[in-house]
Amino acid sequence: MDLLEIKNLKKSFDGLVVLRDISLTVKEGQAVSVLGPSGSGKSTLLRCMSMLETVDGGDMIYCGKTAVKDAVYAPKAELKEIKSYFGLVFQSFNLFPHYTVLKNVTDAPIHVRKRNKAEVYEEARVLLEKMGLADKGDCYPYQLSGGQQQRVAIARALAMKPRMLFFDEPTSALDPELTAEILKVLKELAAEKMTMVIVTHEIDFARSVSDNVIFMDGGLIVEQGDPHDVIDNPSNERTRAFLKKLEG
Amino acid sequence: MILAQNEDLLTQLQNICEKLMDGVGASLAIFGLTLLFALPLGLLVAFGRMSKFKPLSLLVKLYISVVRGTPLMLQLLVVFFGPYFVFGWQTSAEYRFYAVIIGFSLNYAAYFAEIYRSGIQAVPVGQHEACEILGYNRVQKFFKIVFPQMVKNIIPSITNEVITLVKDTSLAFAISYTEMFTLAKQVAAAQATILPLFVAGLFYYVFNFIVAFIMELIEKKMNYFR
Repeated sequence: MDLLEIKNLKKSFDGLVVLRDISLTVKEGQAVSVLGPSGSGKSTLLRCMSMLETVDGGDMIYCGKTAVKDAVYAPKAELKEIKSYFGLVFQSFNLFPHYTVLKNVTDAPIHVRKRNKAEVYEEARVLLEKMGLADKGDCYPYQLSGGQQQRVAIARALAMKPRMLFFDEPTSALDPELTAEILKVLKELAAEKMTMVIVTHEIDFARSVSDNVIFMDGGLIVEQGDPHDVIDNPSNERTRAFLKKLEG
Repeated sequence: MILAQNEDLLTQLQNICEKLMDGVGASLAIFGLTLLFALPLGLLVAFGRMSKFKPLSLLVKLYISVVRGTPLMLQLLVVFFGPYFVFGWQTSAEYRFYAVIIGFSLNYAAYFAEIYRSGIQAVPVGQHEACEILGYNRVQKFFKIVFPQMVKNIIPSITNEVITLVKDTSLAFAISYTEMFTLAKQVAAAQATILPLFVAGLFYYVFNFIVAFIMELIEKKMNYFR
């Protein structure tokens, strides 16, 4: 089943075209990596998918429900429902600094989803344990390392029980050691068949974890498919040039 | 001449303090009531100032501009005499006190509003985006996420403003409202001594010392997060 379907997406900022014509589908259980040079539009694509930006053209369909048709957004109530299908993990974590780790994870499920408090706390503890943060529940974000903060952010996103999870360069603010922590978590999620779209610069990670790799350049998808084909055997000239630069 | 004649210092100080005491209550009332009204009113003004509805934000901007651009003393006069001279209304005897509170509250609300606005705008855009993604509504977003971070951001500026307010209470003399400083001047004139003014100065200083101490405590309390 397609959890996300994007057709002919277009987006510009003050006349600067960032997304020219993007179409893609994400199937249930798939991990999709989006690669590409800076300014290729990959983060903008993710922000459009997350509805932090409004698109100028195209359709977006989540779990079979149309959120955007020809750049016209569905009514508010429908969008609210659709927005609950996905979560987003930010490059800069964006944890709430005045909430403890546990409150960061539990607040939205309790006050937005109106779920049972005890149940949410129980789940949050399980999630934090899974993230290796079992003893950090009462800490404030500033007391944690970047890698730990990002794992809290992932736990916070998972606590909302999204059907798919988007990651916007989740390791770009981290050093290699902490990056490895996060990639390990993403690997585990992929193994559990969590549906994910990951904008990343980690080529090795994209190759070993994703089911599908999308390579973007100049606001277009220039190549997509099996990670081994796209990364190890790129057919497109721009993909080849980009990968070559990364290898040094 | 510092001392009035034929009296020792202690008796005189006691005498002065007793006389000023009536005014201290009035000064404290202006201070307390102004904070009580201006702190929340400032939040509403800040909302108006940041409103996407242009006529409202422009109107509020004008209000802030006028309040900041003219003396508080003049504003007190306008609030006190305005009803009579503009509308011909006879105001009651108690109106003098109300005018003080209205004038101070409107004035300080404008300053607080700008402080709130700076504190709100200093909350990173990522916080708003996280709220958006997690599905918080506007009210939840403001009170749960933005407000606590705003408070932390603005405490030093609020401390400044509150200390200024303590000293500004003396401006109520402009519409002959008898607070502590008015009394100090009267006593000084009657006894031909400067001592009451020193006592008044000491009163403001101690008052502000306490204000600064309390604000520092609040600032420390907000240090539980960064």
